[in-house]
Amino acid sequence: MVASPFPCTGGPGAATIEVRSLSHQFVIRGSPLPVLKDLSFSAAPGAFIALLGPSGCGKSTLLRLVAGLEPPTAGEIRVGGQLVRSPDPSRALVFQDPTLYPWRTVWRNVALGLEARGLLRTGDRRVHDALERVGLAPFARALPHHLSGGMAHRAALARALVNEPSLLLLDEPLGQLDALTRLTLQRELVRLWEGGGFTALLVTHDVDEALYLADRVLVVGARPACLIGDVLVDVPRPRHHADPRLQELRRAVLGLLGFDWM
Amino acid sequence: MAAVAAWAAAASVTLAVPDQPPSIFIVYEGTAQLGMAAATVAAIIAVVGVFGAWIPGVGARLARFAPWLTVLGLAAGAYELATAKLAWLPRPYFTSPQEVAVVFRDDAALLLESLLYSLRLLAIGFAVGAGVGFLTGVAMGWSRRVNYWLYPVARTIGPVPAAAWLPIAYVVLPTNTIASLFMIALAAWFPMALLTWSGVAGVSRSYYDVARTLGASERFLVWKVAVPAALPSVFVGLFMGLGGSFISLVVAEELGVKAGLGWYIQWALGWGEWKKAWAGLLIMVVLFSGLITLLFRLRNRVLSWQQGLVRW
Repeated sequence: MVASPFPCTGGPGAATIEVRSLSHQFVIRGSPLPVLKDLSFSAAPGAFIALLGPSGCGKSTLLRLVAGLEPPTAGEIRVGGQLVRSPDPSRALVFQDPTLYPWRTVWRNVALGLEARGLLRTGDRRVHDALERVGLAPFARALPHHLSGGMAHRAALARALVNEPSLLLLDEPLGQLDALTRLTLQRELVRLWEGGGFTALLVTHDVDEALYLADRVLVVGARPACLIGDVLVDVPRPRHHADPRLQELRRAVLGLLGFDWM
Repeated sequence: MAAVAAWAAAASVTLAVPDQPPSIFIVYEGTAQLGMAAATVAAIIAVVGVFGAWIPGVGARLARFAPWLTVLGLAAGAYELATAKLAWLPRPYFTSPQEVAVVFRDDAALLLESLLYSLRLLAIGFAVGAGVGFLTGVAMGWSRRVNYWLYPVARTIGPVPAAAWLPIAYVVLPTNTIASLFMIALAAWFPMALLTWSGVAGVSRSYYDVARTLGASERFLVWKVAVPAALPSVFVGLFMGLGGSFISLVVAEELGVKAGLGWYIQWALGWGEWKKAWAGLLIMVVLFSGLITLLFRLRNRVLSWQQGLVRW
């Protein structure tokens, strides 16, 4: 396990992640398509890890494996010491697309996790708190199609947070947003993580986003994905996108990905 | 106020133009009452038109329906003229409004009984067929094994009109009522099963992924994710199933059951009483279109979340 050089912001609930020689392949029309190859890394509880790589390199697949939605072809994943076999409410996944249920109000979308586990009470405080944390409390009774793109992503975040996960998996959650909304939500994501008590694992292809948000950036090469770099982001928070140290790291990361002419 | 004029015209045609001379078969009575009724409609429209402006909503509503009210008034007048007054349409096949009205007055008890019979047969048959169809569809959409066994069955039996089973059903099943119920249920079952199935099978995988990461059980996935997501398609199945049940109901009543509106029409025609057939048909029109309207209302309420998402 790699010890984080940063003070652990996560609460007692935050989980460790250990990924050991993980490989995965899809079978498409009879022929195997390897997407992950011998991937290993670990993360301390409460860390914010970013997985950075080119589009289509298998990052999202890695998150699906960590979430337990699919079993890996080889290797193992442990979260909080437990082997991942199936989805678990302690591991929340925020998808690229908010995928709110259009027939449920925002409140009932956020309540989904509690309802699914049979823990929902009428007028539940926890749903309200989750909405409050993402600033959506006034829209509790709205339907998803009334929300803007940024608001829909906030609702998806609240839905993930309501189960009080020990690990939050973020699959390019801001990828479809416009630049300004994105900046706002990046700051809120950091705020949520700082007060959250969870480990965060973010998948992104945006170098700036990875460096702005994470303690550590794992750089992944093109498919089949394997680790080509492990960059510590030694910049105290609150960070600024124009920070010279971040620019330096940016050059380093782009160099790792083969963009040294930038 | 063209609508008032149209109905006033219908009233004056009814009252002023003399009826055809009575024959052995056709005796005109109640012409005066019918004329008064048309005049009353005209008066109501006029009153609502004048005073409705003060009640919010009523004026606007009347304005919206005014073209239809006008056309209906003209049609009523024209039909009265074409039947009772000038006998342009062959008698006794086309009966005048007053004759039909008299049937409603004299045969009210039998008509009501027939209506209730039809309604009972339809309600039970449709409820069973649609219910079983819904469960079949959900099971087929959810489980590969159920789908393997049921899909060929549904594909083979489903497209055959339920009425095709009629002769055999009447022989094989113990009573005609049960045979009719079977046919009505069968007619509702197929579209319901097919559309529920395609609705459930078409639910986006990401909806399931979301619920699974949040800790949902299989049961939750079926009833709280798959079914609500499939509801728009389920309602299409309900509409088609209801239409199919109407067909089966009428066929069953006209051929086998000794009660109900279909039987009433058939029985009336056996005696050459065309006016009664018209009366029965009129009730059927009101009943069936009323039930479809009710289903539309239900859908608009249940699927209200779709407003703004799709264009109805």
